[in-house]
Amino acid sequence: VTTFLGMPTAPRGVGHLRGSEPFPAAARRSLADAQLRRNLAKATSTIRAKRAKVTAELPDWEELREAGRAIKARTIAHLDRYLEQLEAEFTSRGGIVHWAADAREANRIAVELVQATSAAEVVKVKSIVTDEIGLNEALAAAGISAIETDLAELIVQLGHDRPSHFLVPAIHRNRAEIRDIFLRAMDGVDPGLTDQPADLAGAARQYLRRKFLAARVGISGANFAIAQTGTLCVVESEGNGRMCLTLPDTLITIMGIEKVIPTWDDLGVFLQLLPRSATGERMNPYTSMWTGVSPGDGPRQVHLILLDNGRTAALADEVGRQALHCIRCSACLNVCPVYERVGGHAYGSVYPGPIGAVLSPMLTGIEDNASLPYASSLCGACYEACPVKIDIPALLVHLRARHVEEARRHWPPGPEAITMSMAAWAMADPTRFRSAQAVGRLARVLRRRGTITSLPPPLAAWTRARDAPVPPAETFRRWWNRTHEDPDDLP
Amino acid sequence: MRVALFVTCLADTLYPQVGQATVRLLERLGHQVRFPSGQTCCGQMHVNTGYQREALPLIRRYVDTFADCAAVVVPSASCAGSIRHQHATVARRLGDHELAGRAEEVARRTYELSEFLVDVAGIDDVGAYYPHRVAYHPTCHSLRMIGVGDKPLRLLRQVAGIDLVELADAEACCGFGGTFAIKNADVSTAMLADKMRHILATKAEVITAGDSSCLMHIGGGLSRLRAGVRTAHLAEILESARQGNQP
Repeated sequence: VTTFLGMPTAPRGVGHLRGSEPFPAAARRSLADAQLRRNLAKATSTIRAKRAKVTAELPDWEELREAGRAIKARTIAHLDRYLEQLEAEFTSRGGIVHWAADAREANRIAVELVQATSAAEVVKVKSIVTDEIGLNEALAAAGISAIETDLAELIVQLGHDRPSHFLVPAIHRNRAEIRDIFLRAMDGVDPGLTDQPADLAGAARQYLRRKFLAARVGISGANFAIAQTGTLCVVESEGNGRMCLTLPDTLITIMGIEKVIPTWDDLGVFLQLLPRSATGERMNPYTSMWTGVSPGDGPRQVHLILLDNGRTAALADEVGRQALHCIRCSACLNVCPVYERVGGHAYGSVYPGPIGAVLSPMLTGIEDNASLPYASSLCGACYEACPVKIDIPALLVHLRARHVEEARRHWPPGPEAITMSMAAWAMADPTRFRSAQAVGRLARVLRRRGTITSLPPPLAAWTRARDAPVPPAETFRRWWNRTHEDPDDLP
Repeated sequence: MRVALFVTCLADTLYPQVGQATVRLLERLGHQVRFPSGQTCCGQMHVNTGYQREALPLIRRYVDTFADCAAVVVPSASCAGSIRHQHATVARRLGDHELAGRAEEVARRTYELSEFLVDVAGIDDVGAYYPHRVAYHPTCHSLRMIGVGDKPLRLLRQVAGIDLVELADAEACCGFGGTFAIKNADVSTAMLADKMRHILATKAEVITAGDSSCLMHIGGGLSRLRAGVRTAHLAEILESARQGNQP
């Protein structure tokens, strides 16, 4: 068993990788929200159907997935080399690269870069990584306001809310709620605003245009960085990202180190995989790419902050490092029966759903997100949908083992550990197993037929909503021994 | 042919009729069934809950017990999946490479019931008679872990008298997930609610599947609601035959 000691994980007290309560408690609250349940079921089933349609029309979809997997595996295996190549190429084309070990360092670098321009306001392209590190809060603490320009992110920001989906951050809101948020929090909004989608989009457009034209600093994440030429790439639907990437004088991009890919040919694979898996579109409306500074066009200063924040710790886990292949398409969220019912907030991290249940504990260390690897029935729908074939169920099982292994270092063992080792002891030997079965049959003293409607903890969690079977008068093996002459001596 | 039955700890203890049906079905089809008495449990619950160290002796027991068997039949896709996709991985992770190698060997000869019937025995009409309205739930591990595809349905479609009805959103998980049903009981129940809603919409009297565990979950929910729908394992349906009309 590998040890993971020594690799720093994402620090506590900054950013949004940790929830305030364990998953089952947060999930229970979400489950009771009928509006949320309806929005999620509608949105995820719509995207699922679109995705199924556009992936089925490609005869080489499986080969593309395999190519995506192979490129990511190769890149992650030589991450050091590709990152240095990226830095060299980005720098040679007039960009400036900064290395950030964790969220605090990335925030400090970004704040200082904005302060150097003396701008009091920045416009932002939709970016999960800036949410991971809590950049908006860090900017606010320095007196800088960050304006989210992705429509859904803007809704989340104005509603003082948290995103609940990678691509549809406001998936938990309906249009009446959005209208109320705009009326309450959007400067200069028409008080007669209706909840018609076109009206809502129009209000956001007017508000954002003023912000774009005034902005001197733009902040973005990146979907891909091509080591070959030092080119950064952002994929989006609205065009608001392109405004942020092209209008300001200064552009600061923050990117997790796992986002680098070797070549433009590799990008060709991912640009086929990502939109089809993400929004169910053959191609997304806007793909922006920039390579350093171009004379007379676009930002005069381009910065790239390369963020670790627990990624090297994830890399050190030979099994778990697969999670770093993720391209944040959210296909696994949309097919997950757990996510579909509880939404993103229950996961407590900016990375929700099946991949979030793997990624968040790997970045923070298992003990800070110990309930997340258990937030799955291991149904395997995520693995089937993943465009880079991350075996998420196997990773969840692996992380559960890591959690149990870390918990073993504390004495005394918890009730679950005791139950599990007693069960294993009983089942490791057929004689003991028969005795355990005989003990189980004692339940027949209470009830001989029908079902059991109430069991003691921890099985009470089962009988709260489900009946349990009454143990039969005769186990299979007793029946076999009674009815078959030669129980086990056949060759 | 000679086949060994791995009945699974769940069927052995709580659903002996599933093991009995499997034995009778295989014997009716002319196979010689043996039940190696050293068997206990595949260890999946321990592996999936994180207790791999505890699972290791169970994996070793499975591998030792079935080492000399040409074919092992398991009336559970989930246990077959664990044997095929977890046993060697766990052994290797815990440094027992010799066991991992043997586990891979035995796993190659381990078949879920419908796989054995269709792929190994080469049969899809087992001569069953089951005059009931039945909905089939394809369990997650049968679909996505071992990929049985439509084999169970091919077997069911040949059953005389059966009224096999389409289940909406059939491939969605029922919410069981082993200890998930306990640790995340609320989410599990929410998933079960939708599964039951779809089952009730079919007006089926029987819901069937290839896994006793999922059926225990679905059946437990239906029973609590007094829904009047009962569960039957795939083996029980395939074993049913018209009296005096056995092939």
